Amino acid sequence: MTSLFRIQRRLLLALGLAAALLVTPLTQAQAQSGDPIKIGFSMALTGPLGAGGKSALIAMQIWEKDTNAKGGLLGRPVQLVYYDDSTAPAKVPGIYTKLLNVDKVDLVVSSYGTDVIAPAMPIIMRSGKVFISLFGLDVNSKFKYNRYFGIMPAGPDPAVDWSRGFFDLAKEKGLKTVALAGADAEFAQNAVKGARKNAQNDGLDIVYDKSFPPSTADFTPILRAIQSTNPDIIYFGSYPPNSVGIIKAANELGLKAKLVGGGMVGLQFASIMKNLGPGLNGIVNYDFWVPEPTLKFEGVEEFLGKYQAAAAGQGVDPLGHYLPPYAYAYLQVLGQAVETTKSLDDAKLAEYIHATTFNTVVGPVKFGANGEWAQSRALMVQFRGVQPNDLDQFSKSGTRVVLKPDSVKSGTIAFPYKQ
Amino acid sequence: MSIDPSLLMNAVAAGILLGGFYAAVALGLSITFGQLDVVNIAHPAFIVAGSYLVFALNGGFGLDPVLAGIILMPVFFVVGVLVYRVYYAAFERTGRESLAGLAFFFGLMFIIEVLFILAYGVDYRLVETDYIGKQIEIGLLGIPWRMLVPFCAAVVMTGGVYLFLSKTFLGRAILAVSQDRLALQLMGADPIKIKQIAFGLGIATAALAGALLIMIGPVEPTIGRLYIGRIFAIVVLGGMGSIPGTLIAAIILGLAESLVATYIGPSWAPTVAFGILLLTLAFRPSGLLGRQA
Repeated sequence: MTSLFRIQRRLLLALGLAAALLVTPLTQAQAQSGDPIKIGFSMALTGPLGAGGKSALIAMQIWEKDTNAKGGLLGRPVQLVYYDDSTAPAKVPGIYTKLLNVDKVDLVVSSYGTDVIAPAMPIIMRSGKVFISLFGLDVNSKFKYNRYFGIMPAGPDPAVDWSRGFFDLAKEKGLKTVALAGADAEFAQNAVKGARKNAQNDGLDIVYDKSFPPSTADFTPILRAIQSTNPDIIYFGSYPPNSVGIIKAANELGLKAKLVGGGMVGLQFASIMKNLGPGLNGIVNYDFWVPEPTLKFEGVEEFLGKYQAAAAGQGVDPLGHYLPPYAYAYLQVLGQAVETTKSLDDAKLAEYIHATTFNTVVGPVKFGANGEWAQSRALMVQFRGVQPNDLDQFSKSGTRVVLKPDSVKSGTIAFPYKQ
Repeated sequence: MSIDPSLLMNAVAAGILLGGFYAAVALGLSITFGQLDVVNIAHPAFIVAGSYLVFALNGGFGLDPVLAGIILMPVFFVVGVLVYRVYYAAFERTGRESLAGLAFFFGLMFIIEVLFILAYGVDYRLVETDYIGKQIEIGLLGIPWRMLVPFCAAVVMTGGVYLFLSKTFLGRAILAVSQDRLALQLMGADPIKIKQIAFGLGIATAALAGALLIMIGPVEPTIGRLYIGRIFAIVVLGGMGSIPGTLIAAIILGLAESLVATYIGPSWAPTVAFGILLLTLAFRPSGLLGRQA
């Protein structure tokens, strides 16, 4: 009995060894040597931005896997080191201090979202690290850090460029009055600040300009107050729960404005789009990637295929159109900079990133002097023909038509908001 | 400044409806914290747990959210009884309930959140029913079903709890244990068993409150934290342990939020609501319907 057990154990050991020999060359094809290059970041894995943050992390892990499969960076494997910031700005400085001083990471990137990017800036600036941020709106306007780069196609004046397309549409339709409403938090206030500037530049009459607490449970009174001012345009800066509340209340009330939407976070998430269904039709809102023929960049569909396979059953956005391609792209930028400069020196990396146009899954990326995209590509998309309870419809072109910018336009506006 | 009657009427209606929802959310805490003196900071997490289970029943079996909430109430009652047993054995019995008990409920809140993150992820969840998205027009009034159904459910649940506590033997025993535990013991009743049932009742209301929460807006595992301050404020404003007081306080807060959002600016709503709380406590420290010391 004992000898039989020994034979079985040896057989298992031999099989395990053989499997290891077969698998090792496949997973680490170009044998990397040395310590891994550690890329540190905090990420909003729980809390209000957790849904987006978790999907960003999946995209980043795909990049890590892809990069290591190609031999890593500088012949060393890459390793992501991250902590959940719970979408709590107060947690972020402590996380980056730990990443830099305890984990001794080689490179840093940001969490997802303006509210959790801004608190990292003082720590990062003190360390002199290159810092590529993920969807931070106008974060660097106050810090003016020359090693900051933002992977969001908002443009050189992010707060203003972000909503420029929305107000261009209003201008083309000859609209005169606007209502502005934004949540009392960093991103939404930046979005509304830019919208206010655009409205003033275009000579629009601002008939309502107020903010609301992000914890607002019912938007009916706010929309009625807005409706009473009879605006042509309503621009919202809102977070996912707010955006859902606004869309539901707007449909119940039969909002009469002619152009509605703007900076509503959440209307890009598959679960929310599916639930709101036809209630979304007519809304014109920002987005960064939608499956329209004008946005089929090299590698994006291959990436989305990998993301959708990895995201299945994880309780995150199953489509991954909004954030994941950019989460992959900001590591592509960093990785390409390290490979080309053959260095982890932050001064060299910053210089290279400033000077280069990167080819990424979100198309060509070129940063301006302030670290924002040199040219805006913030999309204004309109929901059209959305049917109830159908997730697949959002994987096809036509439900989110790109109206602005003209360079990637895929259709014309259905006007006014509710026809 | 002329006041548009339609705007005013709708602001008042929206405030009352919102207040009803707040009452449902605060009702359980009014029992556990107001009557039993158990600082159940995890109550909003139980509400979110109710939302997720309602989401599962709505998605899996197409059950109406309110019906799903009612079905879940007995399950939550049992969970509440078990939680109280652990709390009593570990903290209350040894007189360590003040700080250690608070830490226990904080821990419980995190555990519930993590369980739902593991089970459902962090994506937003919503329910679907035929009536969400429609509203009833009565003259100048427009009342969304999305708010009316939670209001009606909340009023019925609050009324039911009030009748149970005031008209039944067991309910009176719960009120008695909150007033004088020793006297109840002298009459031969077991205050621990009574508190167990009362705690179970408080947690059972979270199942229906969770159903109402997910009808009004999307839910993610940590969204309950947004309601912690608001529901404690309602319980204190209403008068600790007073069920009618909880309903009145919730409606006052809902009205304040709605009127301020309509006429002054939504960002002032929490300031005005908590200002009302401070003023009330200044002139009536025991809350609106709380017993004067």
